[in-house]
Amino acid sequence: MMYGYEWDTTTWITYTTSILPIILIGLTVTLQAAAAGFSIALVLGLVFALLRRSRIKVISWTTAFIVEFLRDTPLLVQLFFLYYVLPDFGVVLPAFLTGALALGLQYAAYTSEVYRGGIEAIHYGQWEASTALNLTRMQTYRDIIIPQAIPRIVPAMGNYLVAMIKETPVLSVVTVLEMMGLANMIGERTFEYLVPLTLVGLIFLVLTLICSAGLHRLQQVLPKAGISLR
Amino acid sequence: MDWTAYLPMLWQGATVTMTITLAAIVVGTLLAFFFGILRVEGGPVLSAMALCYTEVFRGTSLLVQLFWFYYALPLVGLSFDPITTGILVLAAHAGGYGAEIVRGALSSVSVQQLEAARALNFNRFQTLFRISLPQAVVEMMPAFGNLAIETLKLSSLVSLISIADLTFSAQSIRNITLDSTSIYSITLVCYFAMSLVLMIAIRVIEHFVRRGNVFPRLAHS
Repeated sequence: MMYGYEWDTTTWITYTTSILPIILIGLTVTLQAAAAGFSIALVLGLVFALLRRSRIKVISWTTAFIVEFLRDTPLLVQLFFLYYVLPDFGVVLPAFLTGALALGLQYAAYTSEVYRGGIEAIHYGQWEASTALNLTRMQTYRDIIIPQAIPRIVPAMGNYLVAMIKETPVLSVVTVLEMMGLANMIGERTFEYLVPLTLVGLIFLVLTLICSAGLHRLQQVLPKAGISLR
Repeated sequence: MDWTAYLPMLWQGATVTMTITLAAIVVGTLLAFFFGILRVEGGPVLSAMALCYTEVFRGTSLLVQLFWFYYALPLVGLSFDPITTGILVLAAHAGGYGAEIVRGALSSVSVQQLEAARALNFNRFQTLFRISLPQAVVEMMPAFGNLAIETLKLSSLVSLISIADLTFSAQSIRNITLDSTSIYSITLVCYFAMSLVLMIAIRVIEHFVRRGNVFPRLAHS
């Protein structure tokens, strides 16, 4: 019994149908965690990318090091670090937020590379034209560079979103009750792990297939010339 | 307790992590080439099977796969120790991604090369092993490098199926000493160092592959 739903382990069909509502509650948590984490990654990644392009060497090198460090260490250990170390310094976050923050930090390192690639792919003539038009660096980024970079970075960002959805089960180790965590708990109580885990696996498979199809569609409708930020 | 006291235990965990990672990379590479070649050369039935393999292992979460095989294999009478299960699942996961890399690289070999091979009366095996693969392997190297780092990072998940790797050791020391800050900092630095070593190793291999030492006679003839 969980969230008011009783399970029925007589056959695998009744078992599947009886635990499906519980797993779907977990699915909403999975999607929320991915959404929260990805929002953090999108914002923080852009910050990293811009700092890395800073003309002050100390800033750009430090950022490069931080990004490299985040990229080359496991999400699980980063998650443990945030979960156990932050409270020692008086920052007590709920498990869900800690998880979203860990996901966001790791993927910010990935997305910053995507942003950097997208920004560097813009022809330098665009920069020269902006200088000729007397735009500030801020205005150039906001009105010229980033709008043109968006269509180039969307496909890669989408892939990272799908990858992040698949990494959310890691959050179950810090007591976030997402799909995988719930499936494991059901398994612990019924001693029947196979059905809940298979169900979760299938839901992930469907989810990623839908996301890839959606991404493909998005690439087709996205205007190639760029998207205005205003 | 001084933080240096943690090092012997963490080192033991790190050796397990390195063993699992290297084994998974080797087995995963073999799987990647096997299924990647099937995707391109296998004909409709075999390539569909290879497609199923890549979609299942790329489309689901590694943690789900680990738990699934950890609990499911004993039910069908195959009981491995956790380390073997961990290595096999990690390898299968990496193999799924690697197969896509192999497929992409093989299909990017230019058509003229294949036409020339046909004009020289090469059969399919000769074309694959003497023309396509030697060129494709060079293209694959950067992507395989990223995959190797990814495998190292993902190997931390095997700690959750009770394998005493680096993450597991860190967890158990923390549970005794509660000294989270230094333990997790050291652990992160250890993983970072291992990634750097792995990256250098991959660069060296890439260097040899680019010079044609892996397919010496084939690449130049």
